[in-house]
Amino acid sequence: MTAQPPAWLAFSSRALDALVIAALFVAVWQGLYEYAGDSAITAPLATLSYAASLVKTSNFWGHAQATLVAFAYSLVISIVLGVVLGLALGLQRFAGDVAEPIFVALYTIPKVTLYPLILLIFGLGVSAKVAFGVIHGVIPIILFTLNAVKNINPVLLRTSRAMRLTQWQTVTTVLAPAVMPELITGVRVGFSLTMLGVLIGEMFASQRGLGFLIVNGISMHNVPMTTAVILIVVVFAIAANGLLLWIDKRMHRAA
Amino acid sequence: MSRQAAIGWTRVAVIVGSILLIEALCRLKIINPLTLIPPSEMAASLWELIVTGKVTDDIAQTFSTVAIAFVLSVVTGFILGAVIHALPRVRRAVDPLLASYYSIPFFVFYPLLIALFGLNTIPLIVIGFVFATAAMVISTLNGLDRVPRVLSKTTRVLRMSSSSSVLFVTLPAAAPYLFTGLKLALAYSFIGVIAGEFILSGGGLGYSIAYAYNNFDNQTMYALMMFVLVIATVMNGALHVFEQRMLRRRARA
Amino acid sequence: MSAGVAVAQAQTATAQAKVHARLRGVTRVFEGKLSVHALGPLDLDLPRGEFFSVVGPSGCGKSTLMDLIAGLSPPTEGTVTFEDKPVAGEVPDGIGAVFQEDASFPWLTVRDNIAFGLRRAGVDPAETQRRVEYAIGFMGLREFATAYPAQLSGGMRQRVCIARTLVMQPRLILLDEPFGALDQQTRLLMGDELLRLWRETGATVMLITHALDEAAMLSDRVGVMSARPGRFIDVITTGWSRERDSNIVADPAFGVVTARLWSLLRGESLKAIGAKGA
Repeated sequence: MTAQPPAWLAFSSRALDALVIAALFVAVWQGLYEYAGDSAITAPLATLSYAASLVKTSNFWGHAQATLVAFAYSLVISIVLGVVLGLALGLQRFAGDVAEPIFVALYTIPKVTLYPLILLIFGLGVSAKVAFGVIHGVIPIILFTLNAVKNINPVLLRTSRAMRLTQWQTVTTVLAPAVMPELITGVRVGFSLTMLGVLIGEMFASQRGLGFLIVNGISMHNVPMTTAVILIVVVFAIAANGLLLWIDKRMHRAA
Repeated sequence: MSRQAAIGWTRVAVIVGSILLIEALCRLKIINPLTLIPPSEMAASLWELIVTGKVTDDIAQTFSTVAIAFVLSVVTGFILGAVIHALPRVRRAVDPLLASYYSIPFFVFYPLLIALFGLNTIPLIVIGFVFATAAMVISTLNGLDRVPRVLSKTTRVLRMSSSSSVLFVTLPAAAPYLFTGLKLALAYSFIGVIAGEFILSGGGLGYSIAYAYNNFDNQTMYALMMFVLVIATVMNGALHVFEQRMLRRRARA
Repeated sequence: MSAGVAVAQAQTATAQAKVHARLRGVTRVFEGKLSVHALGPLDLDLPRGEFFSVVGPSGCGKSTLMDLIAGLSPPTEGTVTFEDKPVAGEVPDGIGAVFQEDASFPWLTVRDNIAFGLRRAGVDPAETQRRVEYAIGFMGLREFATAYPAQLSGGMRQRVCIARTLVMQPRLILLDEPFGALDQQTRLLMGDELLRLWRETGATVMLITHALDEAAMLSDRVGVMSARPGRFIDVITTGWSRERDSNIVADPAFGVVTARLWSLLRGESLKAIGAKGA
């Protein structure tokens, strides 16, 4: 065992780790570019400058808005539906035990095959994208909420009864805080999957949105467009997840 | 009837009931036949596709692609996991990466992979592999982390060589987690390959579903959808049952 | 060479043969953010065939002491010898160990758990079977031989671990709070099993425990350790006959020994609690 470095050194070593990983990533990217050339992928620096000019165009923001609106609707529906179903199934032990493996199975099937069905029901347009986002995002939120309720330490509920709390007090002061950390984890996973669903929807059949731009860039041989949009989407996804992960960790530490 | 059995039968009833309900709604034309065809018709259409051999090539292509992606991701994921576990410094650097790995919508890379490797099975293998490997890495790390210290102490008291303690103690102790990794890797490579085929490809089940959709061939489309969903469910279900059996044997009272 | 010197040498040789494990000037310091001086310096001679127990306040380095003798971790200073050979780097042949944590392998049946060490050591199958069946009978595991550990109680699982150690025919058995997770009645019964095993095998036994009554009932000698860094503040000889069992708790002498242990430990335990709070 070696002596632990002071806190600032630990922080800077973590920053160094991130830097090394980012550098490795850029190197692989550059390597791919050297190997495949302009017709397949744009070099890191060129992508960055293309992305910088792209975000100044109103065309890009039109597509970004289409994606974000669909994503926002899907996320809100996923969270509300997921939490309500998760709570209900967690509290109704029997129903929860019946339903859980069904949701786990739904989680692991390739839901993309269901997309034509959704298109036939909702038609081409924003509602199909929203629905597709929801079927991706709602399941993890249900599962995390359900398990959080199911795994509440029973002694907490016995304590609240011993303290003669009302049902409402139990829900607001014991149940909700106990479930919250896992619920946040569910929302974090649901966030990522909802976004995945919306983007796949746009990539398959849509004339709007960032997913469309990515596929369209390839079919129109506009590789810089595709590479730049991918970069923007990935950076957004990682940043959003980083924020949610931070909240998630704080919640779990507090609990 | 035990509670466990009651749960199991209720679950079967729920699933069968839902299928029957869809069947009835379709037969009664409450659901437009242009939107959804009755499950019995899907099954009949699927049967015909299989016996006439029309989808044999697609099935073979999809399953061989999935198999390659799966095997590659399990082997790579296990080796990477073991190496990362052995190097705490690397572990510290990689942990945040693994935590945000699945927040990246990997399918956005798929068009780029086609530009890089051409419109063949390589982009499909890569997307399945990329999607599945991290699950195996994470499960391997999880499993190795959870080998109780007292078991490694025991191998030393028994004067076992390090290779024999890995083979006879570490691996069996980590086995349930490794199996979880295997299960996820299979599901993820399946999802990755099918989604890739669906978005843009020249063959395979995902491609055929998209093709049927674009040609308003609901019979074929729903038959293949049913096929994919049934195969995925049976595959995952079988692994789940096996896993539960292994866990039940080990579960401490 | 005169006869007198030869006799003197022979006497030294017997004295050495009698000492099974020996610690001289042993300390253990854990380096880290805050270096922890866990143990020592201490000396200890374990005579061959003795039942020796170690008691001490929590955190005093009892388990560290056991790890040092077993060769599971090296001393920072000083020397450890077992059967006149220095212990270094690895667990010497002839030492068996049982831990407080359940160390049974959940993927093996009771019989395969017990045979595990013999199979890894390449002992011939007929001999393995003979020893395993004997240990199964000796530890009362006959009807559980084909069960998995998950189907057994904590006490039964610990019997499996003891049987797994027993079949290796260790000459020194180290036990680190093996009954720590068990209820009081089970502990007393397991104590009887342990005494029976000790008599039968003639092995040297070192038991680490936090239970004063357990130490008093089982041991020939009890070493009492101070709060961290752990040193022996006294070693008490109980004077029991080799044929003792748990009924000894009714003997007035048992109460005297236990009371003596507590009077030695009370101050040290207070120190340990105070140190934790600070």
